[in-house]
Amino acid sequence: MQRLKPFITFGLLMAVFMLSGCSDMVVLDPKGPVGEQQKDLIMYSIWFMLFILLVVYALTAFIVYKYRDRKNHKGYDPDNEGSHLLETIWWIIPIIITIALAVPTVKTIYSLEGPPEETKDQKPLVINATSVDWKWVFTYPEQDIETVNYLHIPEDRPVLFKLTSADSMASFWVPQLGGQKYAMAGMETELYLQADEQGTYEGRNSNFTGEGFTDHTFDVMAMSDEEFEKWASEAKAEAPELTKEQYDKLMLPGHVKEMTFSSTHLDFVNHADEADYAIKARERLGYEPLIPHSKEAKKKREEEKKKKQEESESHGDSHAH
Amino acid sequence: MKWDEFFVTGDPLIYGADVSIVLTMAGILFYMTRYKKWKWLWTEWLTTVDHKKLGIMYIVSAVLMLFRGGVDALLMRTQLAVPEAKFLDSQHYNEIFTTHGTIMIIFMAMPFLIGIINVVVPLQIGARDVAYPYLNAVSFWTFFIGAMLFNISFVIGGSPSAGWTSYMPLASNELSPGPGQNYYLWGLQIAGIGTLLTGINFLVTILKMRAPGMTLFRMPMFTWSSLVTMVIIIFAFPILTVALALMSFDRLFGSHFFTLQGEGMDMLWANLFWLWGHPEVYIVILPAFGIFSEIISTFSKKTLFGYKAMIWSMLLIAGYSFLVWVHHFFTMGSGAAVNSVFSITTMAIGIPTGVKIFNWLFTMYRGKIQFTTPMLWSLGFIVNFVVGGVTGVMLAMAAADYQYHNTYFLVSHFHYVLIAGTVFGCFAGLIYWYPKMFGYKLNERIGKWVFWLFTIGFNVCFMPQYFLGLDGMPRRVYTYSEESGWGPLNMLSTIGGFMMGIAFLVLVYNMYYSFRFAKRETTGDAWGGRTLEWSTPAAMPPFYNFAKIPEVTGLDHFWRQKQEGKVEKLTAKDIKKIHMPNNSGVPFIMGSFFFVLGFGFVFDWMWMAIIGLIGVIGTLIYRSFEYDDGYYVSVEEVIETEKISK
Repeated sequence: MQRLKPFITFGLLMAVFMLSGCSDMVVLDPKGPVGEQQKDLIMYSIWFMLFILLVVYALTAFIVYKYRDRKNHKGYDPDNEGSHLLETIWWIIPIIITIALAVPTVKTIYSLEGPPEETKDQKPLVINATSVDWKWVFTYPEQDIETVNYLHIPEDRPVLFKLTSADSMASFWVPQLGGQKYAMAGMETELYLQADEQGTYEGRNSNFTGEGFTDHTFDVMAMSDEEFEKWASEAKAEAPELTKEQYDKLMLPGHVKEMTFSSTHLDFVNHADEADYAIKARERLGYEPLIPHSKEAKKKREEEKKKKQEESESHGDSHAH
Repeated sequence: MKWDEFFVTGDPLIYGADVSIVLTMAGILFYMTRYKKWKWLWTEWLTTVDHKKLGIMYIVSAVLMLFRGGVDALLMRTQLAVPEAKFLDSQHYNEIFTTHGTIMIIFMAMPFLIGIINVVVPLQIGARDVAYPYLNAVSFWTFFIGAMLFNISFVIGGSPSAGWTSYMPLASNELSPGPGQNYYLWGLQIAGIGTLLTGINFLVTILKMRAPGMTLFRMPMFTWSSLVTMVIIIFAFPILTVALALMSFDRLFGSHFFTLQGEGMDMLWANLFWLWGHPEVYIVILPAFGIFSEIISTFSKKTLFGYKAMIWSMLLIAGYSFLVWVHHFFTMGSGAAVNSVFSITTMAIGIPTGVKIFNWLFTMYRGKIQFTTPMLWSLGFIVNFVVGGVTGVMLAMAAADYQYHNTYFLVSHFHYVLIAGTVFGCFAGLIYWYPKMFGYKLNERIGKWVFWLFTIGFNVCFMPQYFLGLDGMPRRVYTYSEESGWGPLNMLSTIGGFMMGIAFLVLVYNMYYSFRFAKRETTGDAWGGRTLEWSTPAAMPPFYNFAKIPEVTGLDHFWRQKQEGKVEKLTAKDIKKIHMPNNSGVPFIMGSFFFVLGFGFVFDWMWMAIIGLIGVIGTLIYRSFEYDDGYYVSVEEVIETEKISK
């Protein structure tokens, strides 16, 4: 047993490390009921997994230690080829564990299809989220406003996201609010999320979409109901209108800054019904995709690099002031 | 495509690769010519139909691909070591993770295992070769050509950059123009033909060519795992062939199966890809399971625990492998019912896998465990693979998967199963059967260094990635911000990655060291083995394997013969003339035409593709009219080879 001590200590240390690290990791630090349910399921499963690891490691350590080839070896039985009892045990135990995991999993899967239990009587806020390489367009149909690359949502109220994409397959994910779902051209998928705390949360596309994928991100600001209403009506009153020309320009692959508009692109297109809109818009604008190793593409990359560098330098300056 | 853009330029890394390719080629040309090796290469290797030599060529190619894929991995880890690193730009990083994934799965893991299957299975079942030796050579050359076609992409035309999954519409002409994605399509298509042929060849070999007395339930576990793998290959690979063909039509001929325009359906690609892709995972894990079964039994000096349960669990896993593909995209919004069903089927795979783990553990129970290097890799497999297994069950829980999907949690999980399962299995098998292939063992002391360096490096590299995933770090990002706080764990992960790289170099050094200094084996039974491959009198079996086909009376036949002191000694009376197949250069030539065909399609040069196609069909026609019934090895030659005194 003396030799097993380091293994046991290591196991305990790992458990402590995991538990203490938990609260820092975004997935395990949810700020809404959707993420909360997922965190509970994850923690529930982690205990089972630690139990399984413990059993297997203890058994391995015991067998390997006891039956290692040495002098005075005892218990060697070369024809020991099976045991119905033992084998039945380790068919049954995994089956039980699987059932124990499957029941809450299925429950949670069904629960996540609708709005959270505690706020299901409230009318959810509907937001259409559209991914275009490599930006997010958010439409508030009821408020008749549109934003690019940022979201404002009221707290304690379910938000129903209607997801679609103008081009490549993206995945809409705000880890602290809850799990992700794909946004696909010619399709509409639905995702309920809710924030219980005010604050700014990072959101992103997590599904690889090519060169600009890494910066395919957005911020979510959760605020009080009044603040949200105030912001929405201000945007409606003050922001410029979104023209079709301007929207077509958004269809070009690339990154843009945050934007606000007092009308929505749903007036001229819904990408869930028109999968090839962006491709056609690019053709109208004379955009041609560049082969990654062609001279033009390299030149473009160099220019963008320079631009980025200049931006970060000027950003640094403003900090210095 | 303009001619001045034919070669990839502008990056010092690429220029370095260009120079090293040219130097290596020149070095090989010089060596071969100086030492007059060309004829030897042609007659002994390029035209061989011997399963052992083809197996060795598979393994050598796989080790080269492991090096290439490993360099890709280290480039990625270097870029990710610190936040906002400028080592690679986004496009370059995307190309590297795409080639890393594709090469490691298709051109490293699979050929490595198929190589070991090639060397071992005919010997284990007491056969003189596979059922279709000529076809076996075609398999190898199509695989090799597919791999070479895919590999030149980084110096000619540019590598694919849409990920090894190549999801549409990202992989379409509109979003990924140029030859890169075509390399993926044609490299995989050509290699896939070889894999499918291997599937058919070994299925027939195992079903029809077993030695007398070896019933299905007397087959060694590695042969069983190979049989099950071949069945999966035969069902899974046609799906890949069709999917790749449809995407090729989209890219080359303007069809709209998966595109944005013309009502194409991108979700169809994801479904087809994983309908092949998930069974593929089991294609690369089941043979590894078989290898561990052999090794654990041999070095515990004990028969395998629960032989029949092992087989049934493998058959269950094979069946399940076709019923779980949706778990790769729970987040596609298929609805609660679909996700629930696939959650449960996926978790259920854990049951037979768990059974296998306990059976391995109890094979050691009441055994006499020897800690040889193959055994160390097998123990390392159990301890590390379980981590991959339990996190796999966590990922199977769809509601939780919405949070793990596309993150480093997933990346870490599949590296824990593919490295601790497949790669450990490949290393274990290579070391275990090395004396069968080359007549001497790899040095055990250096081998243990490799094991510990690699295993520790592996955990240092991938354990932090679980935590990065839970902290929201998505996979496939080429950099991350300082504020994300992912820096320290990424640095740790990179250090682990380089430890694995060093372990690989030590492994290669061990091959050189052992080639120079290892004691040559004098018998065929290097480890005290249990199965027929160890029963040949010579360390390396002659080209016909067995002078006299053994008669099998039960499981672990050779082991029991040794226990009872009844190992047969060959006498001159036993020897009859042996029928063997002739060598042929046609598979190699056919492979070369496949290269022309693939290269033509990659650059959309139809004239070239058509020349290649005519060549391929021409070699098929030529073969059809070739009346080659093989030849006989005379009794005298066998007696001389076997050193039987009259």
